[in-house]
Amino acid sequence: MSGWSEAMSYWQLQWTAYLTIVRKEIRRFTRIWVQTLTPPAMNAVLYMLIFGGLIGSRIREVDGFAYMDFLVPGIIMMGIITNSYGNVVSSFFGTKLQKHIEELLVSPVSNATILAGYVTGGVARGITVGLVVSFVALFFTDLNPVYPLVTLCIAVLTSIMFSLGGLINAVYAKTFDECSIVPNFVLTPLTYLGGIFYSINMLPPLAQKLSLFNPVLYMINGFRYGILGVSDIPLWHSFAVILVFIAILGTIAMTLLNRGIGIKA
Amino acid sequence: MTALCIENLVKTYNDDVFALRGIDLTVGEGDFFTLLGPNGAGKSTAIGVVSSLVNKTSGSVSVFGHDLDSDVVGVKSCLGLVPQEFNFNGFEPILNTVMNVAGYNGISQREARKRAEYYLKRLDLWDKRRALGRELSGGMKRRLMIARALVHEPKMLILDEPTAGVDIEIRRSMWDYLSEINSEHGTTIILTTHYLEEAEALCRNVAIIDGGQIIENGAVADLLSQAMQETFVLNLYEPLAIAPNIPPFETRIRKESNELEVDVPKGHSISDLFDVLKAQGIVVGSMRTKSNRLEEFFLRLVGQSDEAVQ
Repeated sequence: MSGWSEAMSYWQLQWTAYLTIVRKEIRRFTRIWVQTLTPPAMNAVLYMLIFGGLIGSRIREVDGFAYMDFLVPGIIMMGIITNSYGNVVSSFFGTKLQKHIEELLVSPVSNATILAGYVTGGVARGITVGLVVSFVALFFTDLNPVYPLVTLCIAVLTSIMFSLGGLINAVYAKTFDECSIVPNFVLTPLTYLGGIFYSINMLPPLAQKLSLFNPVLYMINGFRYGILGVSDIPLWHSFAVILVFIAILGTIAMTLLNRGIGIKA
Repeated sequence: MTALCIENLVKTYNDDVFALRGIDLTVGEGDFFTLLGPNGAGKSTAIGVVSSLVNKTSGSVSVFGHDLDSDVVGVKSCLGLVPQEFNFNGFEPILNTVMNVAGYNGISQREARKRAEYYLKRLDLWDKRRALGRELSGGMKRRLMIARALVHEPKMLILDEPTAGVDIEIRRSMWDYLSEINSEHGTTIILTTHYLEEAEALCRNVAIIDGGQIIENGAVADLLSQAMQETFVLNLYEPLAIAPNIPPFETRIRKESNELEVDVPKGHSISDLFDVLKAQGIVVGSMRTKSNRLEEFFLRLVGQSDEAVQ
């Protein structure tokens, strides 16, 4: 066999394996849609009803928009972030726990393909939840993204970033508790303090400066820029922060898989 | 062609616990090979290294000429693994479980469906294709793992105690099926088992591993010829009060007093035994082998290995 056809068959194999992992992951979260897709929709309804409707009606405009309009991009982004992370951490940890990770480890699937497959599964769930929450939001406000491509790019890149984070968490986790520590004690505070509910211009100067160290701020503001055309920070900062984090987390995830940490003896 | 070549394979845990102490092993293409050893001997570790589930400490492994260090994809493409523990997704329909593994091996969805149907039918699981993995019985789970390991039609099938906890009928049908794929498809089979009868019945070559070292390696027939004695149970017409003294045969009365256990040393004919019994007026109604010969040989070798270590 020539080198070219060997290379082709290698890439065909990896592509087929990638599609198999993605199909499996999408089947998983759609099969249990009551657990995976309805809670974010319910949360979004409550946030929009309570913060956007009841409290928001008494708040003056933020950055020139009604509070409900300002709030919705953050609520959508929160769903994308938590579900991208949660999908990969629970799926990959479950795969480890039931040992069917061994199906992948004994097959000729490269670690890059495994990583890409699980991350795509996380993105699929994150974006699906984003669409579900967006649909719910239509009952409360109009959604006409000013920059649709920016909106889509920020959403997908953020989803990739948190899917990578979820995989790293799952690799290290030995118990279900260890799967929930990061989401509960790191992700949730960063998300809530990342400008979902407010513009950092409303904060005192010190809090404004501290907020700039929160990476989630850049994602939520980038996404809000795509939908409303306003942001607390320049758009290129959002892209730069997300891409740098993707590069760092991607490198860590590949290193862990290549070394077999947490998955091989 | 050599199917599996292991050279000086070492595996240590925490730098000082040796699971494998430099084993060498060669398995020919088309062989039906068994790896025997007591619990903790290193069988599963050796299989784990070959199938990339365990990182080796040093040494080399090649499968059909593909080196594990430089061509791991080539090695994995040749392998199907049936592990000791159930390791499939219990919450997934079994048809998906088999099709997923086909996909991981680069087989298109349409072809994967055909192959999954063939192997699930062949292993009497097709009617259960929509059942979740956790809903299957123990024997069905074992057969599912065999179907899953075969779906990409590997050149080498490795089975780590595949018949543990399986009833006799299913065990026999699995033996028949493994023999069939070995003889008809030429699939090289490497088996670890606790059922020594299984190794004697199925395998052509055997390696005995103990304490992380290969202590014997060769054809099953050659090893059996080295066995020092064979034990028979004779069913007598009349019960005996005491065991007859008939050297060089060792005799014992069993709990059922009309059964006599006799050790026949290597080099002695069983006809001599019957001549003596007949002369003493003891009539034998029927006879069976007590333990298989490989078991006796295996226990002797492992015993020697333990003494050497002490």
